[in-house]
Amino acid sequence: MSETINLTLKVWRQADAGSEGRFVIYDMQGVSTHMSFLEMMDVLNERLIKKGEEPVAFDHDCREGICGMCSMFINGRAHGPMDATTTCQLHMRHFKDGETVVVEPWRAGPFPVIKDLVVDRSSFDRIMQAGGFISVNTGNAPDANATPVPKADADEAFAAAACIGCGACVAACKNASAMLFVSAKVSQFALLPQGQVERTDRVQAMVRQHDLEGFGGCTNTGACEAECPKEISISHIARMNREYLFSIAKGDK
Amino acid sequence: MATLDAKIPPGPLSDKWTKYRSTCKLVNPSNKRNIEVLIVGSGLAGASAAASLGELGYRVKVFCFQDSARRAHSIAAQGGINAAKNYQNDGDSVYRLFYDTIKGGDYRAREANVYRLAEVSASIIDQCVAQGVPFAREYGGLLSNRSFGGTQVQRTFYAAGQTGQQLLLGAYSALNRQVHLGNVQVFSRHEMLELVLVDGKARGIIARDLESGKIERHSGHAVVLASGGYGNVFFLSTNAMGSNVTASWKAHKKGAFFGNPCFTQIHPTCIPVSGDYQSKLTLMSESLRNDGRVWVPKAKGDKRHPAEIPDQERDYYLERRYPAFGNLVPRDVASRAAKQVCDEGRGVGQSGLAVYLDFRDSIKRLGEPVIRERYGNLFEMYEKITGENPYHIPMRIYPAVHYTMGGLWVDYNLMTTVPGLYALGECNFSDHGANRLGASALMQGLADGYFVLPYTIGEYLSGEIRNKPTSTDHPAFADAEKEVHERISRLMSVNGKQTVDDFHKRLGNIMWNYCGMARNEQGLTKAKNMVRELRAEFWKDVRVPGAAAGLNPELEKAGRVADFLELGELMIEDALTRKESCGGHFREESQTEEGEAKRNDDDFAYVGAWEYKGSETAPVLHKEELKFEEVHLTQRSYK
Ligand SMILES: Cc1cc2nc3c(=O)[nH]c(=O)nc-3n(C[C@H](O)[C@H](O)[C@H](O)COP(=O)(O)OP(=O)(O)OC[C@H]3O[C@@H](n4cnc5c(N)ncnc54)[C@H](O)[C@@H]3O)c2cc1C
Ligand code: FES
Repeated sequence: MSETINLTLKVWRQADAGSEGRFVIYDMQGVSTHMSFLEMMDVLNERLIKKGEEPVAFDHDCREGICGMCSMFINGRAHGPMDATTTCQLHMRHFKDGETVVVEPWRAGPFPVIKDLVVDRSSFDRIMQAGGFISVNTGNAPDANATPVPKADADEAFAAAACIGCGACVAACKNASAMLFVSAKVSQFALLPQGQVERTDRVQAMVRQHDLEGFGGCTNTGACEAECPKEISISHIARMNREYLFSIAKGDK
Repeated sequence: MATLDAKIPPGPLSDKWTKYRSTCKLVNPSNKRNIEVLIVGSGLAGASAAASLGELGYRVKVFCFQDSARRAHSIAAQGGINAAKNYQNDGDSVYRLFYDTIKGGDYRAREANVYRLAEVSASIIDQCVAQGVPFAREYGGLLSNRSFGGTQVQRTFYAAGQTGQQLLLGAYSALNRQVHLGNVQVFSRHEMLELVLVDGKARGIIARDLESGKIERHSGHAVVLASGGYGNVFFLSTNAMGSNVTASWKAHKKGAFFGNPCFTQIHPTCIPVSGDYQSKLTLMSESLRNDGRVWVPKAKGDKRHPAEIPDQERDYYLERRYPAFGNLVPRDVASRAAKQVCDEGRGVGQSGLAVYLDFRDSIKRLGEPVIRERYGNLFEMYEKITGENPYHIPMRIYPAVHYTMGGLWVDYNLMTTVPGLYALGECNFSDHGANRLGASALMQGLADGYFVLPYTIGEYLSGEIRNKPTSTDHPAFADAEKEVHERISRLMSVNGKQTVDDFHKRLGNIMWNYCGMARNEQGLTKAKNMVRELRAEFWKDVRVPGAAAGLNPELEKAGRVADFLELGELMIEDALTRKESCGGHFREESQTEEGEAKRNDDDFAYVGAWEYKGSETAPVLHKEELKFEEVHLTQRSYK
């Protein structure tokens, strides 16, 4: 059952934001096919430390595909070769013995590299701070069942809200656009009665911040949807565009 | 000697909180603007507290070690959140939720706190829906509920298998709104490494900017810890990789008592360990036990393929031992039973440390589509990890460390024994006694942050309005900063041969073998020495690569493991002292003839709160006697 494979890893190493980066090749012998990709990286790091070298820095936390912290570009794809799978959920049984595996950080202007495979995604937080909320103070809420929400809308809002904010959509997009990320939040709130009051301001504020952070425009290539580990649909971008046009038409701000 | 005063308000249980709220001291709005509160943690507890205090007008700083507040460990909670809404009209009430929680916790929680928790639970759901949290709904548009272990009503609200994610994103959005309004500042990729006390009061923290490695001083009128649980002391657990005890431990060493450290929840249904490289364990939701049947072969060492083992040679041991509850016994009971059959040599899989959770009969009865609709995402997750298809081969599961009921001791106000230092969420010793019921941690975290702390902190801060913020030039800050620098350079300079993970794994093994699902005097005594020796070895032989400046994940881990090595000993001490079995704490010496946990209310109906006395001095136990005025203590039975 338990098989092992040998791999050649080509890993991006970069000391810090200001330094030049480069690929370093590591020979990875005896990788169990039951390991997750990050466990394979753990093993590499343990070996490096024991050899007196610096381990490869990478972001991760939950290792269950939900926190959105892991972020590797593997063999030219965000989160690697499997669809709908984050790097932490990717297992080594999907790689072949003798394969060369190239591991890079997210590459996008608004996601500068901090070290090795770790990038700065604080731009995502700033977009959310610009308008990704419904203004309700604690204690002001009416009874939760006071306003029924059609199940179809609730389900669709949930599908949008499932975004984990990992940034794969940006890494996959040739324009480094974060429209899938922004639209997921805009769409979630646009679908719910609670989100109606601030609807127009929200979409404008979030899109404005998106552009300020230096993310590119959307040209509908669909790469984001294809790489999204949570399969967030590109239809949310269409909904956001409608929201945006509507808000302009309303003449708000 | 310090005494424990839980500060429980007088009066009948059901009036305490109402009365407290309408009579507690307040801080007027103009004074709030001059008061700064530091919050360590951005999970459900921390984010909800930060947002609510920001709304009230306090100036708030929030810290988390992840790159964004949205990634706190709460994000991973799957199943749901309890609330006494009684939307199903099935007889639920505040009292019933209170009672279930006290009983589920095996009568080791404080009645007044638990009652308050049940009281505010309904408002949590209202708040979350108003924020746009997309809970599951019925076709009529109203909220849907499911049931969880240890209860007979349907009171669990959920958002598919991603309830924690949706609740946390709700709290994160409320937090973002306060950032937008300028009331809250978020410091992500920051780790609190020391608590600063001035004249015995919590006045600030020392934090390391994990990106630059810079050590920073932050001053506040009060410090709130919402830093989560310490299950990772076992190395392998269902917790996120970064979950740790450091913030609580630093506070403990500065005078905050640690409550019931040995109370650990071991969840029965997790994907078993597959090799030494294993970095964490994945939970398979409790809900699976509604339709899956748990079994092992009757014969020892039976290595046949499960499909080749006929029914009469299978032992459906939960159904056999607990006919009344069957596969749905509470978590602690199910976990222990799995351990017993594996100890007997009847475990399955390569390691023999697993039991089957079999859906064959439900699939036969209900058809595959129904099972897929109920559990599809869990089955997929299982297949992703194990490469096996649970529609055809029974799942293999084994218990894993999941949650820590123990934590910093707090009074009714959620204040620790250090004035001005609060603890919320999983990091306090909490409302769950010796065993937490499913879907109650999310409830507690949000109750603490949205609805309790915003009132109770006023009691303290109303006495602080005349005090100017402490300057970060105060000698107490300099001293604390020095401690942090020294510890970091000590860690960096050992330059030994073993990695941080080497030590962490060995610690985890000791804790799991001797302070895990079953504990006894002999084993615990041995383990205490083992942990002590391991700690000494750590400081002689650990290797932390890289530099103190800049991002250094190994250095972060080293600091956390160093603290776990101290905590481990305290957990063992607590387990040794509590010579009874209760909830998740099973002392082999204290069991009934049928091998069930036996409580001893005469001697142990107390919260064990430990005072730190120095690394080489034994800690001192303080007891908060638990008085049960409302519920009657009985032995739990699920037969
Ligand atoms: C897999 C899984 C599933 C679960 N499912 C459920 C469920 O269905 N229902 C339920 O009720 N409960 C569930 N639980 C339990 C529940 O998720 C947790 O108990 C709860 O989320 C803890 O929330 P918290 O806010 O206390 O802490 P966390 O969410 O753990 O947050 C801790 C915060 O503290 C920060 N922090 C920690 N230390 C430091 C430091 N030194 N400096 C700076 N910041 C620090 C972290 O960055 C983080 O922001 C589950 C748990 C797991 C592991
Ligand atoms: S580590 Fe959390 S999504 Fe991968």
